[in-house]
Amino acid sequence: MTPQSNFMIAAPIVAEREDALRSLLETMNLRPGVVDQQNALLPFARFEQIHVARFVILKDETLDDRSPEDPLPNAPVRLAFLGDCDGDTEALLAHFVAQAADGLRQIFSHCEGFSADIDLLRWMRQHSLKPATQYVNWIGRTVLQIREEAALHAALRSYLARHPAAFDGQRPSRIRDWLITVHQVNGPTLTPPARTPLRWRVRQLLNLICVPVALLLLSPSLLIYAPVFLSILRRRETTDPVITPTPSPAHVDALSLIEDHDVSNQFSALGSVKPGRFRRWTLVFIFWILNFSTHHIYTRGRLARVNTIHFARWVFTDDKRRLFFGSNYDGSLDTYMDDFINKVAFGVNLVFTNGIGFPRTKFLLCGGAKNELPYKRYLRRHQLPTQVWYKAYPGLTTTDLARNTMIREGLEGRMTDAQAQRWLALI
Amino acid sequence: MASEFADIQGLLRSGYSNLVQACYLLVRVTDRAAARAWLSSAPITTAAEGSVSTLLQVALTADGMRSLGVAEQIVAGFSPEFQSGMAGQEGRSRRLGDIGASAPSRWRWGAYWVPDVLMMLAARTGLSSWREQVVTDLFGRGFEILEELATSDMHGKEPFGFVDGVSQPQPDWDGKRRPGTSADLEYGNLIAVGEFLLGYRNEYGLYTDRPLLDPALDGAVDLPVAEDDPSRRDLGRNGSYLVFRELHQNVRGFWRFVAEQAQSLDESTRLAEAMVGRRLSGGPLIAGNHHIRGVGDRNRDIRLNGFTYDGDQGGIVCPIGAHVRRANPRTGDMPGGRQGWIAWLNRTIGLFQPDLQDDLVAASRFHRILRRGREFGMSMTMEEAMRPDATDPRSGLHFLCLNANISRQFEFIQNAWLMSSKFARLSGESDPIIGNREPLLSGQPTDTFSLPQPNGVARRLAGMPQFVTVAGGAYFFLPGVRALRYLAGAPPAS
Repeated sequence: MTPQSNFMIAAPIVAEREDALRSLLETMNLRPGVVDQQNALLPFARFEQIHVARFVILKDETLDDRSPEDPLPNAPVRLAFLGDCDGDTEALLAHFVAQAADGLRQIFSHCEGFSADIDLLRWMRQHSLKPATQYVNWIGRTVLQIREEAALHAALRSYLARHPAAFDGQRPSRIRDWLITVHQVNGPTLTPPARTPLRWRVRQLLNLICVPVALLLLSPSLLIYAPVFLSILRRRETTDPVITPTPSPAHVDALSLIEDHDVSNQFSALGSVKPGRFRRWTLVFIFWILNFSTHHIYTRGRLARVNTIHFARWVFTDDKRRLFFGSNYDGSLDTYMDDFINKVAFGVNLVFTNGIGFPRTKFLLCGGAKNELPYKRYLRRHQLPTQVWYKAYPGLTTTDLARNTMIREGLEGRMTDAQAQRWLALI
Repeated sequence: MASEFADIQGLLRSGYSNLVQACYLLVRVTDRAAARAWLSSAPITTAAEGSVSTLLQVALTADGMRSLGVAEQIVAGFSPEFQSGMAGQEGRSRRLGDIGASAPSRWRWGAYWVPDVLMMLAARTGLSSWREQVVTDLFGRGFEILEELATSDMHGKEPFGFVDGVSQPQPDWDGKRRPGTSADLEYGNLIAVGEFLLGYRNEYGLYTDRPLLDPALDGAVDLPVAEDDPSRRDLGRNGSYLVFRELHQNVRGFWRFVAEQAQSLDESTRLAEAMVGRRLSGGPLIAGNHHIRGVGDRNRDIRLNGFTYDGDQGGIVCPIGAHVRRANPRTGDMPGGRQGWIAWLNRTIGLFQPDLQDDLVAASRFHRILRRGREFGMSMTMEEAMRPDATDPRSGLHFLCLNANISRQFEFIQNAWLMSSKFARLSGESDPIIGNREPLLSGQPTDTFSLPQPNGVARRLAGMPQFVTVAGGAYFFLPGVRALRYLAGAPPAS
């Protein structure tokens, strides 16, 4: 099994070069919101380990929401280049340098401190940001696997389409046997999974043990701290300002222009963390727990009840005073937001309640996103247009991917008629 | 609630199917003063009136409000999608499936020009004389009629021949139900009034955004007090958003395609019924046999609507992609319904829930609309339509629906459920009736339709032509009567 990893390179943009950078990034698109996979600057399609990637200019339009006592004087506009890939990030960065150094140099030359003679790999490493929490829809499912399994689904579907009448009255297990035979003769290649890297397995195991042990050790102090925590929390929850004005039509139009070209969309947002150590450390703790859950619990297609997210991450910037959220999801933004409100509002609240202006929560979990319209305005207002967005398998949703994997798994072993019937229905 | 009916336009409570003659006027304001004067005294039919023999309803677009001189800050209080309009963003058109032959660039109206005001006229008999009474000299000075959309009485059937409007949500006029309790883990049809009318609590127990005015503003004191903010007056109260789409139906194309796929007339009928998800007669494919809150107690109600798809997860009785199953999947807030709080917690956190498939389409109660459409063109039987020499009946549906949140109700249903080629577990197929058949950007088709079979191998129709094309549309605000008088700038009532 090949685990996934992620990268995020972020650097301040030279102020007077921002417009030039926007124009340059736009050349990577066929039209707004539709990437040219073979574009000259960074031909994404040549990097077969990339699942999703994006360039986004992190220009925070909500800085004025911060109170005058909590200024952020040095809040640069940054360019962020981030993505999720199979295998090691280091290998991908090296691959970038080998294959697309010129294009990347051209892009990064709009950033502060970048010069023509700089060591690109070192510079990218120096400007890397680690996520506070990351989410991978299905740990271990590679781009290659996704493509091969999609080809398998298409092939099996077309075998069935060619002989519709032949299956009438046939037992499902017989039809399955026939399909498997046909597939073995001329079906698409299915590469067996690679060996799981030992380092990764050890790290996972250590994490699996250490976090609960640490929690256990901490629990007496957490218990003692709990009443204090709750009283501070409730005081703040009832007094923190709520800032949810309607985003400007121009802002919404700019976002809408690049959305819904395909079955999936990207989401990038930036906002400020509420002032003070209380919120900051609450967030750090929550991310620590969430990260555990996305590494060990929500690793097979679902984040609690939500099954439309391919990859997502939260990243602190500016010394944990601002927070970036990026997601790759199926459907349109409205359905995405509805899913969160109706299914996992508690999860959204846990994190975003620590963001300036978020609708009022109760005890971190309740309220908040349940305030439908203020919540939707809040998200839309903090959302940033993503200048370039690439997804390696357009037209495929997480449901497609999960189904295709089930189809592949169903090629093996014996099945009863009932099992075979359910398997055939997947095709 | 009944005390408010005199302030609510009648369309909220009834489709007035007994008023079989009807037309829609799409007009432009040519003289602001005359238009305001006409609107101030227009004989609007309200929900308080029982049996009526004539009907007049009036709705405005955002442009229409501006043409009447309504302040921009008031217009800005309405929802963003209303202000932007049905064809206002390419992104919205993509979401609604208004691309290809249905693209706004090909519309007859609603894109190049958007009407200011919609007048709906209906009468039991003598529509033309009712029209003369409505379209007065004052009307003629105030408005120019840009388009008059005629309708036909097809006796409760839409042009393909199916009985239409069989299932509607039941607004909870008396506030009998509290939304958000564990009862909502299961499907229900009794829906909070705030899902259809502004100024009332919706399914979240909240109030949908709408313009709330300072009572000191000229004339605002005559508006109802806002329930959620008694210091303000509510311009939205008793009003609703009216979505209007002119849908052209290719009746010959539909029945010929179906006939090509079948060996007999009987089989053609069954196939068409599987695509729609109901019988020609309107009866469901899954026999209704139990009571559902808000469905009604009469045998007929239970037979037609006393069912969900819970017992047909595989879609063998009613295909998953059937039109009515997409339009209302009849799901509760949680798959599996009520099972006690431990199960609720487990499912919410999602720890031990191996089946990924059963939770894709949840919480129908947030996505319901009141449909008020009417047919136009000639009616034609399926036998006639299948004949090679049949003439084009040029028929279709003026689709009208009412909702309080266009993006969460109409647009969600249209986008996530009907047009999506990824609805539920499907792939490669959009709505079999109204899908636009445009392939995805990646080239994947959307023009198939699958009929799951008991042995697991779905029967799959491919290469389906487009049967329904959008030829126009707009988002209107159907105001309460007092709100309409306010928008018209009428002097305070004595």
